[in-house]
Amino acid sequence: MGATAHAAHAGHDAGHAHHHHEESFISKWVFSQDHKMIGKQFLVTAIFMAWVAVIMSLIFRLQLAWPGEGFAFTNFFLGDKWAPGGVLDSNMYLALVTIHGTIMVFFVLTGGLSGTFANLLIPLQVGARDMASGFINMLSYWFFFLSSVVMLSSLFVEGGPASAGWTIYPPLSALPKAIPGSGTGMTLWLVSMTLFIASSLMGGLNYVVTILNLRTKGMKMTRLPLTIWALFLTAVLGVLSFPVLLSAALLLLLDRSLGTSFYLSDIHLAGEALEQTGGSPILFQHLFWFLGHPEVYIVLLPALGITSEIISTNARKPIFGYRAMIGSILAIGFLSFIVWGHHMFVTGMNPFLGSVFVATTLLIAIPSAVKVFNYITTLWRGNIIFTPGMLFSIGLVATFIAGGLTGIILADSALDIAVHDTYFVVAHFHIVMGMSAIFGMFAGIYHWFPKMYGKMMNTKLGYAHFWITLVCAFGVFFPMHFIGLAGAPRRYYDYTEFPMFDTVIDLNVIVTLFAIVGALGQVIFTYNFFYSVFRGPKAVQNPWKSNTLEWTTPVEHIHGNWPGPIPTVHRWPYDYSKPGKSEDWVSQITPLDHDEEEH
Amino acid sequence: MTKLLILIVVVLGILAVAQLARVYELTSKLRGKREEDISDADNRMNATLMWLFPIAYFGFFIWLVVAYGDKMLPVAASTQGADTDALLDFNWWILIPVFFLTNLLLFYYAGKYTYSKDRRAFWQPHNNKLELLWTVVPALVLFVIIIYGLNTWQQITGPASPEAVQVELYAKQFDWTARYPGKDGVLGATDYRLINGDNPLGIVTANAIEKRMAEIAQEKAEAKTALEGLLPDSKVEELEHRIAYLDRMAARIVNLRMVMQQDIKANGAASTYLHGADDVVTKDFYLPVRKEALILIRSRDIIHSAFIPHLRIQMNAVPGMTTSMKVVPTITTDSMRTVPEVMRQVAEINAQRQAEGKGEYTFDFLLLCNKICGASHYNMQMPLIVTTPDEFDAWVAEANKKPFEGAEPAAEPAPVDSSMTAPKDSMAVAALPSGQ
Repeated sequence: MGATAHAAHAGHDAGHAHHHHEESFISKWVFSQDHKMIGKQFLVTAIFMAWVAVIMSLIFRLQLAWPGEGFAFTNFFLGDKWAPGGVLDSNMYLALVTIHGTIMVFFVLTGGLSGTFANLLIPLQVGARDMASGFINMLSYWFFFLSSVVMLSSLFVEGGPASAGWTIYPPLSALPKAIPGSGTGMTLWLVSMTLFIASSLMGGLNYVVTILNLRTKGMKMTRLPLTIWALFLTAVLGVLSFPVLLSAALLLLLDRSLGTSFYLSDIHLAGEALEQTGGSPILFQHLFWFLGHPEVYIVLLPALGITSEIISTNARKPIFGYRAMIGSILAIGFLSFIVWGHHMFVTGMNPFLGSVFVATTLLIAIPSAVKVFNYITTLWRGNIIFTPGMLFSIGLVATFIAGGLTGIILADSALDIAVHDTYFVVAHFHIVMGMSAIFGMFAGIYHWFPKMYGKMMNTKLGYAHFWITLVCAFGVFFPMHFIGLAGAPRRYYDYTEFPMFDTVIDLNVIVTLFAIVGALGQVIFTYNFFYSVFRGPKAVQNPWKSNTLEWTTPVEHIHGNWPGPIPTVHRWPYDYSKPGKSEDWVSQITPLDHDEEEH
Repeated sequence: MTKLLILIVVVLGILAVAQLARVYELTSKLRGKREEDISDADNRMNATLMWLFPIAYFGFFIWLVVAYGDKMLPVAASTQGADTDALLDFNWWILIPVFFLTNLLLFYYAGKYTYSKDRRAFWQPHNNKLELLWTVVPALVLFVIIIYGLNTWQQITGPASPEAVQVELYAKQFDWTARYPGKDGVLGATDYRLINGDNPLGIVTANAIEKRMAEIAQEKAEAKTALEGLLPDSKVEELEHRIAYLDRMAARIVNLRMVMQQDIKANGAASTYLHGADDVVTKDFYLPVRKEALILIRSRDIIHSAFIPHLRIQMNAVPGMTTSMKVVPTITTDSMRTVPEVMRQVAEINAQRQAEGKGEYTFDFLLLCNKICGASHYNMQMPLIVTTPDEFDAWVAEANKKPFEGAEPAAEPAPVDSSMTAPKDSMAVAALPSGQ
């Protein structure tokens, strides 16, 4: 703290250029090039999108629990066209499942999570005035915004939005005659994703360049907080894999509108033989999952990085095995590129190729296990403060364990045959990817809210939010394992046609009840968030007594982040409860004592 | 009205939360407490909850196992299903203890080491021995899982024996059709351009080609006649497009005929183009018990997936390619209905159905579609009947009486000169002829 004040007085010159120029309303609030504002823009957009996706899930959960019954809630949102008498239409059911997945995976957990925290934290934690290119950063947000608008607009077109599942496998997604959502809805989906990918690439390049080139003096790569390591790998994965999705989407667009046959062959639909021959629908799946699997880690790694930082801070204990944590992030990142085939074990791929994917996929369990054990060891003999952020971080470890273990079942191709595309898979990825990432996101929001808005969120409401969310997360997704092991496929509108599922399908009622309570829990969060933005108590500079650089900046946001020169870094960020220190934390900008070892 | 009520409830709910938060904030302000200072009471409360949560969590898990464990898929009715189930059990024996142990440690430590300002956390940035331990141990365990898993995978996906019973499953929105090879034991070649009302699978025979050509010629003639009348421009354009399409289609079918003739020339009686006429196209799906079956899978329109949960087999149906899976069913449908586990499940289901006033359920193996395929994806099913080999042979003999081109009693001799010969390729891939 003393050092910060000192730095602030010492260098008035360097800060001068940055915070004394006039800002118009537009350049400050709308087309801002300030990374902190852009981060907040991402966050608020993502919260809105998340609500859209949550409401969609409630609508189809109602149908699954009480099939064929009318609900005013359903009718309220969908109207008489898609929910006559409040009964969800079966095409709309598929559309909702599709858009729920798309929004959650891309708009909330990729755009929302990376967009918010990479923007907010990278310059602040590496010690930079802003991103390498503020302008491209601004474009990144506005492409994201535009992409969100296009995606939402697809909800209102004739024929409904894209309905081929979030993985949009052709030919279903290529042929409007196969499903009405593959008409205008699908075109808009592809346009939206193209914009999204552009946004994500602009963001990702910026993150990589900023982390590599704009670190402050003394900020060696081995002194970076784990959040930055995670966000760095995330950006690298995104930059390498999103272009492949773009090419997949463009080829699909050509198949749809110009009569090419990249993905289509030998199709006879609606009484007519199509002329496309020679293409392969499986090619699309290879391209899609080449992005799709790294995407899982694009979603997960930032959450793990955030958790590492928060657990260490609030256990008042250095993160256990810092280098092992970096190593496992690198290993996960590398392996994530050579496992995509495990989504395709039953597409008829060569069994030998399948074996390779089994082996590489199961290897990911090793770095994942290392991370879990390191988290647990960090808690061991810690001095734990239960901030809401800390609670969500611990929750993340729990969901990561539960979802990670079922991943071992699914990675085993012989077992995957029996549970592929059943509710078992739905349970697995919602827990390990959906819940873990969203817990990480909540943890990050509670932890860095003071940094973002200069206010504090209400702790008690945070507790209520956490415990409701944790209980409901398992209440919703745990029973799905059992539904899946009874053989029930996913993406079924109604199971009553299959008496064989009658005895497990009442679990759907339990699931839906938990989903409703869980959604109400998110009302508490949303209220707490927006109320605190405007009326929350003022934050102090370093509320959690954290070591990282962002807490050395003033509470009020200024362009350029530090009023004086950027502080120099002298140590790693995890000197918590270091023996021989008077406080249980030592900021990264505190020089080492002359006989002190770094760690 | 209900919409208004919903809105009112939501608004009131938010207001209630808001008021509670205000009260809390005012009281904490009065006590001079800062929001970021987590009180000892708060820490203790959360620590207690950290210890209570795993009890609820594990309790929920155990309750699910107890209450629903016997409602999972019953005994696997195939050899590969038995292997898969054994592998799954092996995995559970490893994973469930790990699940309990890691969660227990996590929540136990989280609750135990609650903050006290009189205490310091243990300074422990790393411990190489420990880290090596939990890198090597999972690696070894995974090595075993991988080897065991791949061993099973190899057995499942190995080639089927030449004596295997062959059946083709053909998927389209939203039903399944089965095809058996008929008396000659060979499935005939197919081409999707020949699909029409009489030939839902597009089986290629000289006869089918002629019929399809005639159909196209007739439609073209009708379109041409229509063009002679007075029509709006848009309709004229539409018809002209249609005629061009029909010409291209006819050209491709002519090409197909050429490929067929070359294939027959090259392979003689072995040519698959000579084996379509006696194929049996049926909505009944039969397999003999304890005999290996090779199930070939095709799709007419989009990707479907053939999933038979009780046999633990699944394979996608992909337009443009033929996929396959092999299976040895081990329990007939009739015997399955007398397996105690199944009988208990069926009795339970029927008790429930009776209470709901629904019809009685009898057990059947089911083929489900397990890849999203459109509005009726959720009801794309076909029962599978597993019978004794004798019953199967009897059924086949009966079915063979109604072959694809069986209207003529003497459908046996091949419709095309079988002395010709050509490459062994069932797909029409030759270049387009320029004419027509």
